[in-house]
Amino acid sequence: MTTAAMLLDWALTAALGVLSLALLLTVVRVVIGPTLPDRVMALDMLVAVAIGFIAVLGIRTGQTLYADIAIALGLVGFLATVAFARFILQRRSLEEDGT
Amino acid sequence: MIDALQQYVAAALVIVGSLFALAAAIGLLRLPDFYTRMHAASKAGTLGSCVMLIALAVYADDLAVTARALGGVVFFLLTAPVSAHLLAKAAHVSGLRLWEMSVLDNYAEETASDSAE
Repeated sequence: MTTAAMLLDWALTAALGVLSLALLLTVVRVVIGPTLPDRVMALDMLVAVAIGFIAVLGIRTGQTLYADIAIALGLVGFLATVAFARFILQRRSLEEDGT
Repeated sequence: MIDALQQYVAAALVIVGSLFALAAAIGLLRLPDFYTRMHAASKAGTLGSCVMLIALAVYADDLAVTARALGGVVFFLLTAPVSAHLLAKAAHVSGLRLWEMSVLDNYAEETASDSAE
């Protein structure tokens, strides 16, 4: 194993650890809220961290299919955030109708 | 030689990207209100995942994988501002307050002057 390969292996392990910590901190924000937009934004951030995980695993395993999974996950995350933003707006107008 | 260079660059990019993601997560947890937290998540978080995808693009030997990873980067750079802006606007319209020490609310001033006309 060459020096570069060993360095890359160490960097990938360290990155996985740092990303796990980032995922944990983001999950804390999802749990404590306090409002719905906060949670939606934290879920958006979870998708970004998951894409980072996928890129690191793609390098580590050498599986080329991981790039496609990252694109698909990004698309789903974007659509989910847009749908939640529409829902927040919609909920507001429903409350106004009710009062 | 090229292999070693690819591995060094990929290692550096992976570390930088994961630190950006960690900075975004810390900002998400520590900043005082929704709008400041949103700026941490949507800028540093997107940059983190983009840098790690660029590491994948650098490391891959296959041109198709490189192209797909770079396509993913472009896609995230296009969609992240759109979703962040939409969510911030929805939160503002639904009446979520800014932090009490914020000094400027351009959107509120703009909508107030619109309704005055």
